[in-house]
Amino acid sequence: MFSFLSKRFLQALLVLLGVSFATFIVGHLTGDPVELMARENATEQDKQDLRVYLGLDRPLEQQYFSFIVKAVQGDLGFSFVQQAKVSQLIAERLPATLQLAAAGFLLALAISIPLGIIIALNRGTIWDFLVTTLAMAGQAAPGFWIGLMLVVLFAVHLKVLPVSGYGGAAYIVLPAITLALQSSARLTRLVRASMLEVLSADYIRTAHSKGLRERVVLFVHAFRGAMIPVVTMAGLELAELVSGAFITETIFAWPGIGRLAVTAVSQRDFPVIQGVVLMSAAFFVLINFLVDVLYVVIDPRVKLK
Amino acid sequence: MRRSATSVFLRRNALGLLGLTILVIVALAAIFAPWVAPYGPAKIDLMARLAPPAWIDGGSLKHLLGTDNLGRDILSRVIYGAQISLSVGAGAVVIGALIGSFIGLLSGYFGGIVDAALSFLVNVQLAFPFTLLAIFLLSTFGGGFTSVVVVVALATWVNYARVVRGQVMSVKNQEYVEAAKSVGVPTDRILRRYILPNAFSSIIVVASFSMAQAILTEAALSFLGVGIGSATPSWGTMLNDGRSYLQNAWWMTAMPGVATALTVLAGNLCGDWLQDRIDPRLRK
Repeated sequence: MFSFLSKRFLQALLVLLGVSFATFIVGHLTGDPVELMARENATEQDKQDLRVYLGLDRPLEQQYFSFIVKAVQGDLGFSFVQQAKVSQLIAERLPATLQLAAAGFLLALAISIPLGIIIALNRGTIWDFLVTTLAMAGQAAPGFWIGLMLVVLFAVHLKVLPVSGYGGAAYIVLPAITLALQSSARLTRLVRASMLEVLSADYIRTAHSKGLRERVVLFVHAFRGAMIPVVTMAGLELAELVSGAFITETIFAWPGIGRLAVTAVSQRDFPVIQGVVLMSAAFFVLINFLVDVLYVVIDPRVKLK
Repeated sequence: MRRSATSVFLRRNALGLLGLTILVIVALAAIFAPWVAPYGPAKIDLMARLAPPAWIDGGSLKHLLGTDNLGRDILSRVIYGAQISLSVGAGAVVIGALIGSFIGLLSGYFGGIVDAALSFLVNVQLAFPFTLLAIFLLSTFGGGFTSVVVVVALATWVNYARVVRGQVMSVKNQEYVEAAKSVGVPTDRILRRYILPNAFSSIIVVASFSMAQAILTEAALSFLGVGIGSATPSWGTMLNDGRSYLQNAWWMTAMPGVATALTVLAGNLCGDWLQDRIDPRLRK
């Protein structure tokens, strides 16, 4: 098990290196940042000085190397536009993003797990049909569009929730629902399918034939087995919620890293974009790694070399 | 007896047929937009700005789904929008399928270091926050139809690569392939004639899901203002326009969203259906 996990860990590091390299290359394909930063009346000499100051005059491989060395130490460089360190900008906005992602994730789990189990136990009934249809529709509609419609309903017409912004608990409700809906739709279908599969497994029949009470069979035996694929998927969803909240944060003016990144893109603030991409990728890779670890823990069949 | 066979067929395939029907209707509407749509997509009627849909007080039958801030007919724009959404979807599917299948084919057939390198590429792509990558590429290299198609294809090639790789690995050691090798059939021909055809049905299944995914991605990108954005309306640009009028004209946002959701739903229904019918092995 240990060698399996260390192998996974190495793979994760390699992937991160790949991501950083790709971001770095793309960044240098997009033109000279000095042209964007320099003032209108800057002379050629001024620009050259700026290049030297930023280290942009060095060979690419040196720039990349020093970028990696610094990134490992948590130094992601300076924003071209804002007078601040990238790491500081990210650190300032990360709590808001994590808050929103956590709220969305918990909401998604709270909706999908009970709902998936209930409709699996009531397979073929009208409730099963309704929920499954709703889940399919939820997967098909653009998440941000559902968010906008929620704004129309709850903020514009009913006036019970704020349209957008950051502050008290009321502000997080709509963005969290927006973020959670698509995840819930996917997870509900998965929980249902997984539960149905487990319920027809031999070990459940054995549990029944031993004369165990229905409740024990369901919640002790079936539930645990059914959750195995759900854990993997939930991990992916969580990674998606943290790194994929750009649109939700934009719609609701949520001051997280998603909005930071979208603004940075429009300003060509390359170090910030690079920092956010790296951080999101690191998060994605980390979650995947944790899912692997969790897998070994919850599934006794997984005995890895 | 015939009748009951038909009804069994209908019941078993109901959802798939529903999806297919919706897709065909949307495609026909897109192709024949100039004849189907009541107005041109850019026809401005300043007297009828922000008119609500016909079934709401103040709406009229002149504009069934209402009008936008410039008095343009929303129904017409949704119909014309289908042109963009479907062609972005189709273009992205073709490019994504070509790149992804090619990589999956090489990866699965040659294994070893090729497979390791290509799988690494897949993992790197998956770890990238895609939306951010997409808006970054589009805002630096410029939007427009071709760029959007390429960027959206970037989001989907991985799906093909994975599925094709799996299929190829499952057939590459079969006797007929060995036989072809032993009589000296060149490798590229083995790949094309003996290996790839096994993956076709899976590619089609992935394609129908990817079409749906592509339409959603295009909508999101255009909504963020880095998509196609021009005189030709796409559903995403309409959503973007509507956002500033949420307070007083919700229909500007609602209608293109419904169109997107229906089309994507239809694509997913077709995907599920094809998966059950032609490639049950893919079922999770």
